[in-house]
Amino acid sequence: MSCHQPLKSEEITPQTGEKVLRVALAGQPNVGKSTIFNMLTGLSQHVGNWPGKTVEKKSGRCRYRNYLMDIVDLPGTYSLTANSIEERIARDYIVQERPDVVVAIVNAATLERSLYLLAELLLLPSPVVLGLNMMDVAEQQGYRIDAQILQAKLGIPVVPMVASKNQGVKELLDAVIGLVEGLIPYNPRQPEIKEAHKPILEKLRELMDGLVPEPYPLDWVAIKLLEGDSELTELVKGWVDEDKWGEISALLKGHEDAILDIAGGRYEWIRKLVRAAVEEPRMGPISLTERLDQVATHPLWGLVVMALVLGVIFWLTYTIGSPIQSWLEGSVVASLAKWASSWLSSWGAPAWFHGLVIDGIIGGIGTVLSFFPILAVFFAVFGLLEDMGYLARAAYVMDRFMHWMGLHGKSFLPLFMGFGCNVPAVMGSRIIEEERARLLTIFLTPFVPCSARMAVLVFLAPVFFGERAFLVSWGLILINLAILAAVGKVVNLLFFKGERLPFIMELPLYHLPNLRTIGLEVWHRVAAFLKKAGTVILAVSVVVWALSYWPTGSIEGSFLARVGVILEPLGRLAGLDSRMVLALLTSFVAKENAVATLGVLYGAGEEALASALQDAVSPRTGFAFLVMEMLFIPCVATVSAIRQEVGSWRWTFLVIGFYLILSFVAGILVYRFPL
Amino acid sequence: MEAANSFKPLVDVRAGEKVVVKELRGGRGFIARVASLGLIPGTEVEVVRNPGHGPIIIRVKGSYLALGRGEAAKVLVNLA
Repeated sequence: MSCHQPLKSEEITPQTGEKVLRVALAGQPNVGKSTIFNMLTGLSQHVGNWPGKTVEKKSGRCRYRNYLMDIVDLPGTYSLTANSIEERIARDYIVQERPDVVVAIVNAATLERSLYLLAELLLLPSPVVLGLNMMDVAEQQGYRIDAQILQAKLGIPVVPMVASKNQGVKELLDAVIGLVEGLIPYNPRQPEIKEAHKPILEKLRELMDGLVPEPYPLDWVAIKLLEGDSELTELVKGWVDEDKWGEISALLKGHEDAILDIAGGRYEWIRKLVRAAVEEPRMGPISLTERLDQVATHPLWGLVVMALVLGVIFWLTYTIGSPIQSWLEGSVVASLAKWASSWLSSWGAPAWFHGLVIDGIIGGIGTVLSFFPILAVFFAVFGLLEDMGYLARAAYVMDRFMHWMGLHGKSFLPLFMGFGCNVPAVMGSRIIEEERARLLTIFLTPFVPCSARMAVLVFLAPVFFGERAFLVSWGLILINLAILAAVGKVVNLLFFKGERLPFIMELPLYHLPNLRTIGLEVWHRVAAFLKKAGTVILAVSVVVWALSYWPTGSIEGSFLARVGVILEPLGRLAGLDSRMVLALLTSFVAKENAVATLGVLYGAGEEALASALQDAVSPRTGFAFLVMEMLFIPCVATVSAIRQEVGSWRWTFLVIGFYLILSFVAGILVYRFPL
Repeated sequence: MEAANSFKPLVDVRAGEKVVVKELRGGRGFIARVASLGLIPGTEVEVVRNPGHGPIIIRVKGSYLALGRGEAAKVLVNLA
């Protein structure tokens, strides 16, 4: 395929004689928009956030014929109202930035529904090309769609596509260029508003004529006002004087139901288009989606299917991820450390420098690298399930249990991932569109005990509790999950007044996944983590190493130990001595460090540590320590992921403070009031 | 003309039944949102799943939607 070249990021400046085109990609969710975006832009993608928002912004470039196309992927939205941040971003971009062309992608298999967004896009100033994607799925469903009739009826270019098979992508670009060069006629037919509201719309237009500033189109403002759009209503209030606003609002009053007529007019317009251009299936055989959903969304079997899917995810992570992880740690990082160590010795470097390089820097790199395979596998499987349409089913099945805590059905998957590792759990929470539920999910994730904390538990519980270790461990995990549910419930009651999150979610038709899209997605996620979180992890690793080394050259007399001494009175309330407090503090770098630190401080290797701890620590103290370890500040990798996803240091420190306080309170409570 | 009180909320419709949307209750935000997903008065809807607790699944304009019970209670329908 050489019809168009996705570009590498370094070669994105326009060449001489090349024209730059700004193209915005719009579409509802589940229409294959990201597949098309990936086809066009490939590795030239830049992933960031929309200015001032936590919504992801993707842009990229593509060179085709004599054009360099600057492509922006707008958030997937069902319409362009002011009800969600995504919808505001999409419409603000088109209104304010005026891209040369808007490419609207629709799903041919759910044409009636997905053309709704087109009806809204045609009101905006940029010309629109329609990409009729997933023609293969539509055909399987028994639809026969005549793109030429659709083009004639719509008055805009229409391109049939199967993006997952790279069909129609070149034609789409040809249509974009044809439109810009004026080779393809452009006479869009707009949907009409129903008779009852026509005079009111006309009157609104007259009232605001000359008062609507650039770049807002008058017709669009009038329609949005009639729809009752909150953002536009506020804007118009600022544009007109009080008398005028009085007239306008008097006109709007008594027409609060206009939104239904406007939407009704759009669907009627769609209905006419579809009647002309589409041959609909007679009652055909039961579709694939119906058959799969008989099991996947069943109240009981749906849970069984999900349990199996989750089982497979964990199995894959451990059979693929873990060997790579131990190879990275055992071979790559270890030999790097060995090589650096001998080089440093031959060079006669001082001990502190040796420590800094080996323990601080290479140790930090090792921590960052150790996340790489887990993240890659998680994101690949996650992306696969999302692209095939299964993720929405799992969310549907779990919503009953999740909404009680103010969470969304989709919160369950990232939270469950947390058992493996909290980092992909935090990063996976971006599948939740509702910001409130997404933030709450991120906030609660550290309660899910990850495998590193489980490892600490597995090592220490038998030391303190002997034969009852299994029961105690199980109890500790249940305590964490119970606190998760309780905190979720309390936050929901206090901050959201128990208001139930509305649950309206599309269950996309099942279809074959596009591996290129998933691969690029995995690459971008992992690269973003290594770049952003990686730097923080490395920095923290070096700082903690420095604090544990200076001024005496050993952890016992270090600055970190002094912090431990300061916190000791607090620790004593929970029965902990300064050494155990210190072990907790070092678990911030990585949870499993708790055991290593105890080993150093009790002057024993891991084998001897067990007996040393048995002599020195009572089961009551041990229990308090484990409760605190399970609830302590999430590891630095998780904290960095939280920072990356939430985009706010304030919020991140709130999480740190919350878990710090909670773990001490819980430790003190279980120590003071033993069962 | 049927009386409004003869409509029943979508949440009370059993799986397998086909109904027609008659009225949407709730604020403009809610109405705009479900309208953009195809639910407006006059639309035919098939209830695919309604287990009696938790969200329901409906089929509307060829696509499947999951609706919470609170949301489904605000959609009033009539037998097709």
